[in-house]
Amino acid sequence: MATTLLEVENLTVRFPRLAAVQDLSFSVGVGETLAIVGESGSGKSITALALMRLVPPPGRITGGSIRFDGRELTALPDAAMRKVRGAEIAMIFQEPMTSLNPVLTIGRQIGETVRLHEGVSRRIARARAIELLDLVRIPEPHRRVDDYPHQLSGGMRQRVMIAMAVICRPKLLIADEPTTALDVTIQAQVLALLDNLRRELSMGLLLITHDLGIVGQWADRVVVMYASRKVEEGSPDAILDAPWHPYTQGLMAASPRHAGDLHYRRTPLVEIPGSITSAFGETGCPFVPRCALAEARCREVVPPPLSLGDHLVACVRHDPFKEAADVALAG
Amino acid sequence: MSLLQVSGLHTRYETNDGVLRAVDGVSFAIEAGETVGLVGESGCGKSTLGKTLVGLVPASEGEVTFDGAEISHLSPAALKPVRRRLQMIFQDPFGSLNPRQSIGQILTAPLAVHGVRSAAERRAQALAMVRRVGLPDDTLQRFPHEFSGGQRQRIGVARALILAPQLVVCDEPVSALDLSIQAQILNLLVEMKSELDLAYLFVSHDLSVVRYFADRVLVMYLGRIVESATYDTIWSRPRHPYTRALMEAVPDPLRRRTAAPLSGDLPSARNVPSGCRFHPRCPFATDLCRSADPALRSVEPGHEVACHHAEAIFAAAGATPPGAATVH
Ligand SMILES: Nc1ncnc2c1ncn2[C@@H]1O[C@H](COP(=O)(O)OP(=O)(O)OP(=O)(O)O)[C@@H](O)[C@H]1O
Ligand SMILES: Nc1ncnc2c1ncn2[C@@H]1O[C@H](COP(=O)(O)OP(=O)(O)OP(=O)(O)O)[C@@H](O)[C@H]1O
Ligand code: SF4
Ligand SMILES: [Mg+2]
Ligand SMILES: [Mg+2]
Repeated sequence: MATTLLEVENLTVRFPRLAAVQDLSFSVGVGETLAIVGESGSGKSITALALMRLVPPPGRITGGSIRFDGRELTALPDAAMRKVRGAEIAMIFQEPMTSLNPVLTIGRQIGETVRLHEGVSRRIARARAIELLDLVRIPEPHRRVDDYPHQLSGGMRQRVMIAMAVICRPKLLIADEPTTALDVTIQAQVLALLDNLRRELSMGLLLITHDLGIVGQWADRVVVMYASRKVEEGSPDAILDAPWHPYTQGLMAASPRHAGDLHYRRTPLVEIPGSITSAFGETGCPFVPRCALAEARCREVVPPPLSLGDHLVACVRHDPFKEAADVALAG
Repeated sequence: MSLLQVSGLHTRYETNDGVLRAVDGVSFAIEAGETVGLVGESGCGKSTLGKTLVGLVPASEGEVTFDGAEISHLSPAALKPVRRRLQMIFQDPFGSLNPRQSIGQILTAPLAVHGVRSAAERRAQALAMVRRVGLPDDTLQRFPHEFSGGQRQRIGVARALILAPQLVVCDEPVSALDLSIQAQILNLLVEMKSELDLAYLFVSHDLSVVRYFADRVLVMYLGRIVESATYDTIWSRPRHPYTRALMEAVPDPLRRRTAAPLSGDLPSARNVPSGCRFHPRCPFATDLCRSADPALRSVEPGHEVACHHAEAIFAAAGATPPGAATVH
């Protein structure tokens, strides 16, 4: 087992109207890639921002702990936290335009980060910026370096963010949907780049994605979130091939990849009935309003996480021990 | 007559460092009720093409005819009545939503502009739309920054559909969505289509989504359309070497780590290669390819390709391209 780099326990983040993250626990080992998948709006990005202590007000961390490399981040003074950010934990944001400065060329923005981290001259920083743009496969980097963010395509902006994260050589890299705007060829190259960096630096990688192809190819472990909570965790094989939680099962069934040569003119895609919003304000399991297996006790308490080996599930209808025992008895 | 007819369209950006030919001579048509997929490498000009069609970026050359009227040279005022019928879902949802407007204002304002008089009626339509994209009722009172990435993307979908348009340019409309919400939004687009006989130009880098959702697929490379075919043809009989490379790169959850097949210098729209613009990366390139620019030509009914050697390559490689069996 790898040494733990990040240990999150019972993390809770609230906004006045809603709890974005509740009772969330997970860990990332040194050199490990943990993927977080889950419903849109389930709290993945807010979790990432909480780790950076960047939850947008009025939202705030109201409970739990975040231990990173021997320190408790929730208790760290702001100045110390600023040092951790960028130097030890870097983040690739989901929407690049919200974190790139529109009035500075990308060369300046990457260059500043290089100067901050490597203490080099402007001229060398510029050369490094060009090198990095090339590394993330941006064509004609020596010309692109003088472009402003709005002059780039969506996928190019995303790669600029990745280049900036790479400079930091962090211990933990949080990548929030880093390749949503990229076609498969460049996606593969960019993920290989992150993976090399992971190996070279023994970097922990927290990869938030809804692309199950990426999960299968790159993750060591997967956490599944639904309506602010973790509902399942396990190896990619377990999650993709034999998921336990009804939500994860629904997610797999909805994949157009699994639909083979289905076409909209013939067959609608399988949806999970209802929407995540019907879950807010309910007691009990967050998935109750949409779950085909729901029964009375599902409405009473939030299902406690149960695990067998490294596969964990939070569903009262699913008791891994009992099933394992049944299998053992039957066999 | 086609709903949308694009001919010889060019969109150039003037930059400090020369002219960038983002859309470089594109012609195609979209029929009423048809879904046309648009795929191609990052930076090849998909968003620029979409924005040019809806009049957000001026065309440098060429014509765009929508429902019988030429629209590419209209002033913003003259374009206004057309905009109700011709909408766009933007790739960058946050950048396209006014941060100071509530979602209620964002959704009801276009209704007011286009003649829905009663405020109660506007509100009711906005609420119905919000529910259809799977967002909670209190969405209308909230502001764009209070939503997750995928929620904002769905607000963009709601805004584009609320005016009951005839054609929607969808620029990566489901890229930020998990599979179950993605299914819900795609099903919604299909429903709206049958209700309104809507047509879509559907930009996506996710080929499995395009395969499911498109009637016809356009493959774009460095500002040009290099192949156009029906969805089943493009998968079973892709002709252009670029299309084939694109399909081989599809990752598969059942296969771990796919290699990236496309190599060679990355293309630049500021410095378009001579002859066939794909030749520096094409394994089949000959002298002819380096000197002559191949035109988009028909190779079988409904199937057009811009490659000098389409027939020979196809014959040599066989009908089934490598990787096609694993695209599922
Ligand atoms: N600034 C904010 N104010 C109020 N609520 C917010 C704010 N930011 C996020 N939320 C809410 O918190 C919840 C979790 O949002 P988060 O961005 O973490 O979702 P996500 O899992 O990243 O979703 P997606 O896959 O769509 O990006 C959502 O319901 C969202 O509406
Ligand atoms: N406002 C602009 N000024 C100058 N150049 C621009 C501008 N917008 C886009 N470009 C350039 O035009 C080309 C095409 O960009 P576009 O955004 O259309 O690509 P795309 O196919 O949508 O890519 P992606 O898949 O990454 O979104 C790129 O080289 C880009 O840098
Ligand atoms: S025309 Fe030549 S270079 Fe272009 S795609 Fe065909 S074979 Fe390749
Ligand atoms: Mg998010
Ligand atoms: Mg784009």
